[in-house]
Amino acid sequence: MRTLLFLLQKEFRQIFRDPSILRLIFIMPVIQLVMLPFAADYEIKNIQLAVTDNDHSAYSRLLVSKITASGYFKLSALPGTEKQALKVIEKDQADMVLFIPAGFEKNLVKEGEAPLMISTNAINGVKGGLGNSYLQQIIREFNQDIRAEWIQLPRFNPEVQLETTVSNWYNPHMNYKLFMVPGILVLLLTMVGANLTAINIVREKEIGTIEQINVTPVRKVHFILGKLIPFWILGILVFTLGLLIARVLYGITPVGSPLTIYVFAAVYLLAVLGLGLLISTYAHTQQQAMLISFFLMMIFILMGGLYTSIDSMPEWAKMITRFNPVTYFIEVIRMVVLKGSGLAEIRGHLVVISIFALILNAWAVLNYHKRS
Amino acid sequence: MGNGGVKLKRKMYAVSVNNIAKSYGAKKNVTPALHGISFDVKPGELFGLIGPDGAGKTTLFRILTTLLLPDKGTASVDGFDVVNAYKSIRRRVGYMPGRFSLYQDLTVKENLDFFATIFNTSIEKNYDLVKDIYAQIEPFSNRMAGKLSGGMKQKLALSCALIHRPSVLFLDEPTTGVDAVSRKEFWEMLKRLKAEGITILVSTPYMDEAGMCDRVALIQSGRLLEMDTPSAIIRDFSKKLLALKGPDMLTLLQAIRSHKDVADAYPFGEFHHVVLEQDDESGLLGYLQDNGIAFEAKMAVPDIEDCFIQLMKEER
Repeated sequence: MRTLLFLLQKEFRQIFRDPSILRLIFIMPVIQLVMLPFAADYEIKNIQLAVTDNDHSAYSRLLVSKITASGYFKLSALPGTEKQALKVIEKDQADMVLFIPAGFEKNLVKEGEAPLMISTNAINGVKGGLGNSYLQQIIREFNQDIRAEWIQLPRFNPEVQLETTVSNWYNPHMNYKLFMVPGILVLLLTMVGANLTAINIVREKEIGTIEQINVTPVRKVHFILGKLIPFWILGILVFTLGLLIARVLYGITPVGSPLTIYVFAAVYLLAVLGLGLLISTYAHTQQQAMLISFFLMMIFILMGGLYTSIDSMPEWAKMITRFNPVTYFIEVIRMVVLKGSGLAEIRGHLVVISIFALILNAWAVLNYHKRS
Repeated sequence: MGNGGVKLKRKMYAVSVNNIAKSYGAKKNVTPALHGISFDVKPGELFGLIGPDGAGKTTLFRILTTLLLPDKGTASVDGFDVVNAYKSIRRRVGYMPGRFSLYQDLTVKENLDFFATIFNTSIEKNYDLVKDIYAQIEPFSNRMAGKLSGGMKQKLALSCALIHRPSVLFLDEPTTGVDAVSRKEFWEMLKRLKAEGITILVSTPYMDEAGMCDRVALIQSGRLLEMDTPSAIIRDFSKKLLALKGPDMLTLLQAIRSHKDVADAYPFGEFHHVVLEQDDESGLLGYLQDNGIAFEAKMAVPDIEDCFIQLMKEER
């Protein structure tokens, strides 16, 4: 016990003596939490729209002004011909082109039917897809407005019509920050936890101090606990800082109990630190440790359900996400922050992450040899 | 030798090495480091392991300090087997690796405190043992270990290796990269530690340090070439040794080497040392005069370096 206390004292001394690392640990999450949620925005705005209006009628002008008034589109060019319009897309001056053919108004009034054409630059698939549906929705509304103007609708609709009203539960205003910010917080905790432990131990290998420790009677368990506990405490501090930023900057107060989040975070950190420890037992240099953890982080982040929905992944990818600790914490933190879930609801997740913590740490301890 | 014999031998010697072999690498790319080495070190002895870089000194030390498992053979330190009783060994040996490997971001005092504590002791308890060495760096006890000079780092490392009063001390190339004055001081310190009854194994690539040891073993390419007291090794030098110098040392050396009576010739300080095949040097001296090379010659008393150079030449 005395040995462990002394190991901890030494570890904390070293951490506090390296102010650059300490600063990084705390400044990195602040900057990322301030920046990323604004940038990782799913709402597409400011779509550059070019309109080729060959009709020059009252209706075509009305349609264009309705589109630009929506706030999603910016009129960027008014090319005269179809050919010129495609050039505009090619030069990246417009994301979409709307063609209004000559005789649009005439056809609409006489035939009750008029074609329109939309061309979209689909290099950025998300932007193209969303732009298309926004534009179609506006045109549909425009269509209904005209109908209402031309046809005197009967009091009761003779045709069967379905009308849907959407109500968004748990996030009524579809505020994407509410689910992005907690998710980003999880990633930060993962990176701080896994990277710091891995690099710290590998550094002792590189400098040779670990060899000096290995010839002493220090027990393996004490040495490893001496590494885990300080970084566990640092991780909890970083996490608390993140929650405070979420509250102050984004006004996010968890609907559920913060205690529930902390219980999960405590176990989650053990799992992540175990991963860092495991990496350190395999890596011989800091570069190796960095590369391995970078590789894992990419997979964890992109397959963790933060940026893309896991439900829309193929089956094999879904299988992989089940082995990704990040997935579980992101689900849990969203459940607690948005829905107010309690310990009872996250029990399953807690069990899984405990198993992760157990396996990763046991593996690391078994693989750490005091001699080769 | 039966089991009882091995046990007896272990009790008698502070370090006992029997046919230890170790190779690095796997399958097709095996690099042998030690080929079945055996030797014994008596308690309280100052034992030197002399050999060039890559001879296997560090590998041997790492096996004896339980950091590395041998492929073959057995070894014991202070009566404990290095493979089975490694825990007991770790409590009673001090190891100073060739590379400075203390915590550079801890102070001198903190490093010493740290190593005292993990051995369950304190600086105060064993202060008398490290006093002579530690007193020299004590004025800097609040300085970071990384900011010490080379000689001071070495003293700190030795203090840390000694703070738990080990019975056997392993020093891996402690004087490499240390200036001549500090080297001399260091050997003085070792003599004082020896007086405390600590068995010391020291490795070094410098042959001139061999004379400071009670016994030395010459190691090359993983094999022991010779093991004896320095004076006995010098006594065994049977050939005649000449020292020659002249105004043009290079031409002189080339001329000496071209003569058939010469077994070996090499620069040695301001002279060339010449080992003769037979006792009569007149053939060589006459040959040099005939070729018009100016020189002066005298008989030389072989020292330990001459012996090692011969031993290493013979082995090759």
